Amino acid sequence: MKISPIAASALAVLSFAALGCSRLDMQDQPKYRPQRPSQFFADGRSERQPVEGTIARGTLDEDTAFYQGKDAAGKDIEAFPIAVDKKVIERGQQRYDIYCAPCHGRIGNGLGMIVRRGFKQPPSYHIDRLRQAPVGHFYDVITNGYGAMLNYSAQVEPRDRWAIVAYIRALQYAENANINDLPQEARSRIPAAGTAPSKAQQSEPIAPNDTDFSNFPAVPATPSGVPGAAGAGAAPSNQPERK
Amino acid sequence: MSIVIGVIVLGAAGGALFELIADSRYATRQGDAREQPIPFSHMHHVGSMGIDCRYCHTSVDNSDWAVIPPTKTCMNCHSQIWVGSSTLEPVRESYRTNQSIKWTKVYDLPDYVYFNHSIHVKKGVGCETCHGRIDQQALTWQEPSLQMRWCLDCHRNPAPNLRPADKITTMGYVPSEPQEVLGARLMKENHVQKLDTCWTCHR
Repeated sequence: MKISPIAASALAVLSFAALGCSRLDMQDQPKYRPQRPSQFFADGRSERQPVEGTIARGTLDEDTAFYQGKDAAGKDIEAFPIAVDKKVIERGQQRYDIYCAPCHGRIGNGLGMIVRRGFKQPPSYHIDRLRQAPVGHFYDVITNGYGAMLNYSAQVEPRDRWAIVAYIRALQYAENANINDLPQEARSRIPAAGTAPSKAQQSEPIAPNDTDFSNFPAVPATPSGVPGAAGAGAAPSNQPERK
Repeated sequence: MSIVIGVIVLGAAGGALFELIADSRYATRQGDAREQPIPFSHMHHVGSMGIDCRYCHTSVDNSDWAVIPPTKTCMNCHSQIWVGSSTLEPVRESYRTNQSIKWTKVYDLPDYVYFNHSIHVKKGVGCETCHGRIDQQALTWQEPSLQMRWCLDCHRNPAPNLRPADKITTMGYVPSEPQEVLGARLMKENHVQKLDTCWTCHR
């Protein structure tokens, strides 16, 4: 069979062109990557659930204080099972702003964006009941949920839950802080009563496209109440700076 | 003789055509929003609600895989919000029946590419750098071409794409100092290397 050179070249051009828009076998290999569907298992998932009752090595989680926030008698613990320092609180702030602020608000007043869009309003952290609540209570709520709030055990790991609890304590402390708690040089940055805080003093907006910041508080110019009521080791002398 | 020239000319034309097609947005699917079983809008959840990327993509900073959230994550809010919406019925059905929602993958890398999210996040590459203004994407589209050339552009010269750790998920990020200064500093601070060997990604 004789093919003219022009026809052969045209064929080459076409097959090159075909290569350009089709994926090759090596690109889609018969193997599982995370969350890739499976034709083999009935539920269509390649990720398999462990057999019920299975405990992976190293995940017995016997430390009930750390993993459940409970003491041996099953009561919420009063003291943090981890050492709380500025780094922990800052980690807590970061995690809080991601996972809790959508509902609880950035300052813990329970007026987050999702609440403004119709979710059941959670109580403010600054009510007396929650100011008196042991740290284990907050840990338990994150772990198991509470009322309308589903649990966050899959989204926040235990250590970060404690960091969040530490940050909640910092928020409670800050809400009732006295101006005399601030170092001298920081006091001048607080606006006088009735004046709007400057842009730099406002919290970074949680929603860049949302212009309603009516729920973002000015720093309280007149101190109300005294600090205290925070759990053991929770009242941080060295609070994270809020930008 | 004229046959030889003809073959060469046609071959060159073929090569050029191949390049044109392979680089086209049609072939790379760049800018292509994918159909999804539920019209999930990042624009709404990120842009209007201000929800952080990591609320759903929980493992992006400690795993190679950013994770498509389980239906439970949707239900954290949608157990109470939009409960009567027919658009969200597939979400509720998935939650009731424990059957996964079959989301369509938007950033589908070839299987011979190793990619790790967490190392990019830790070294200072923001979400926006690769995924674009996700807060403006009603249906998620593929922002970059995902061609090897695109990966290499940054792997050979990472500094222009680095940002501080607390700005990783920020959308519409503007550096607070000249990027030449910031990039150079972050290169040092985060020990960023120019990893452009074959086995960085093909292992």
